[in-house]
Amino acid sequence: MKGAIVSSSREDLDVQRFSIWVSIAVPLLAIVIQAYLPLKLKLTPIFDLPLLVTIFFAVARRRPVPGMITGAVIGTLQDALTHQPIGLNGISKTIIGYFASSIGVRFDVENPGSRFLMTFGFWFIHQFVYYTINLELVEVHESWNWGHILLSAFSNGFLAIVLFTLMDRLKTRS
Amino acid sequence: MILMGVLFIQIIALATQIKRTESPVQPNAGGTRLIRVWTMSALTPVEKLLTGTGRFFRGAWGNYIDLHGVRRENRELKEQLDRMKLERAQLRAEVEQTHRLEVLLDFRQHVVSQTVAAQVIGSSGSERSRIIYIDRGAHDGIKRDMAVITPDGIVGKIKDVFPRSSQVLLISDRDSGAGVVLEQSRLRGVLRGNEQGELQIIDIMSDENVHSGEPVVTSGGDSIYPRGLPVGTVTNAAADHDSEPFLRIGIRPAAKLDQLEDVLVITQMVEQRPAADESSPSVRAADVLAQRLPSITRPPEKDKDAGQADPAQTNSGQPNSAATGQQTPPASPLQKLQKKTEAPRKPAGAVESTPGQGNKPPVKRVAPQTRPGVTPDTTVGEKPPQ
Repeated sequence: MKGAIVSSSREDLDVQRFSIWVSIAVPLLAIVIQAYLPLKLKLTPIFDLPLLVTIFFAVARRRPVPGMITGAVIGTLQDALTHQPIGLNGISKTIIGYFASSIGVRFDVENPGSRFLMTFGFWFIHQFVYYTINLELVEVHESWNWGHILLSAFSNGFLAIVLFTLMDRLKTRS
Repeated sequence: MILMGVLFIQIIALATQIKRTESPVQPNAGGTRLIRVWTMSALTPVEKLLTGTGRFFRGAWGNYIDLHGVRRENRELKEQLDRMKLERAQLRAEVEQTHRLEVLLDFRQHVVSQTVAAQVIGSSGSERSRIIYIDRGAHDGIKRDMAVITPDGIVGKIKDVFPRSSQVLLISDRDSGAGVVLEQSRLRGVLRGNEQGELQIIDIMSDENVHSGEPVVTSGGDSIYPRGLPVGTVTNAAADHDSEPFLRIGIRPAAKLDQLEDVLVITQMVEQRPAADESSPSVRAADVLAQRLPSITRPPEKDKDAGQADPAQTNSGQPNSAATGQQTPPASPLQKLQKKTEAPRKPAGAVESTPGQGNKPPVKRVAPQTRPGVTPDTTVGEKPPQ
């Protein structure tokens, strides 16, 4: 599908396009899988597929506004599946989308090592923003478990290497 | 600038939800109903398709595998059935006695009268929100706060209802709560989940004796879960350092909360009092109580004299033993005193009232039956129409 969402901000970088169907179906699929897999596999809530998809699209498009909006929409949909106020994931992923697209302009984010480090760092930022909003706005205190967050960050980092490689096939370079 | 704008809008929306959620009139609205309904309407068909496909393949494979070992399983089941028949006979006797005691105590209970079977089609996908989705919704008669159970134990309650699906808040979520009672020690508490999704009872005093392995059942006090449903077993009990005089009791859930596939939603519960069972009144609860209270039982030879010499008994309008040809049961000192105080005020034929019951429906008192062949002067279990 041509045409759809064209994203490029630097002339010297590849302009990466995603069809409109990919832009809609992949985030939705990530949310569906995120909701369905925990029924079958006990460990899956440790992963955050919607976050990985947000990072991938934001980094690939290299434009802050689409990256930010992608994060906001994915986060809001994710919130809609919980019983918590809508906006916790929305705000967190908006910020992640913005910074991920900014990083995509400045750094090489195509190799596995940088993808791992980027996802590892964004996981921490996401958790910190979520934790802060939850505490300050919703007034729900939850413990900051370093061990669990480190484990999640590593797991999502490794998953990102695999997932981003697969999702690279969805890009249309020009 | 755009980032600030988007964040500002979302923060305002979040603050509005929190403000509205505090309203007791619409505890769930929060202004986000539409977003949740749309999201669930879009995702429910996909999740149903995924669940259905998975079930089909697992069912086909399972049917093939099940053919192996059916004979051995059948033999084991027969042996199990024989054992259960014996246990059932013992339990029936205990249930009958319990039932009679409940009649005496005017016990009210919620009884499950209707359930709807549902399949689990999804979850929240987050560790912070222990939510599952089932494939039954408002069109199937599901409403908020209905209890969700499995044959193993309770699962949670309906949190939100959509046209074709519903959101279930698991008992392991930190926002959930259920009234429970420890089956052996009869200690009552509130079951809650923690951040790790573990079940805890946190409001039992630390001087109570709680044993590991003790079963926990629902108390029925929360008006959501019927009384007596399995909840889990005690895994550990230790002093809660965050709230010092209380215990922190860990519970292993009876239902497999992380492997849920099929659940039952209790769509209708009726409040009822147990009716007196007239078919098997061989040993009545009052008799059981009478045997356990030393002041009520008397030697037979003294009973006869006491019954004849009691003037209050004839004055209170009760049938004379000589006239009816039956032997009047003996009265205990407690009954004598009660009859003496009630007799002058009570007109003939009036229903006997129990002190301390207030406006409750009357329950007739039972005289203890200490000898075979003696008919008591009153009966148990007359209840007003429900």
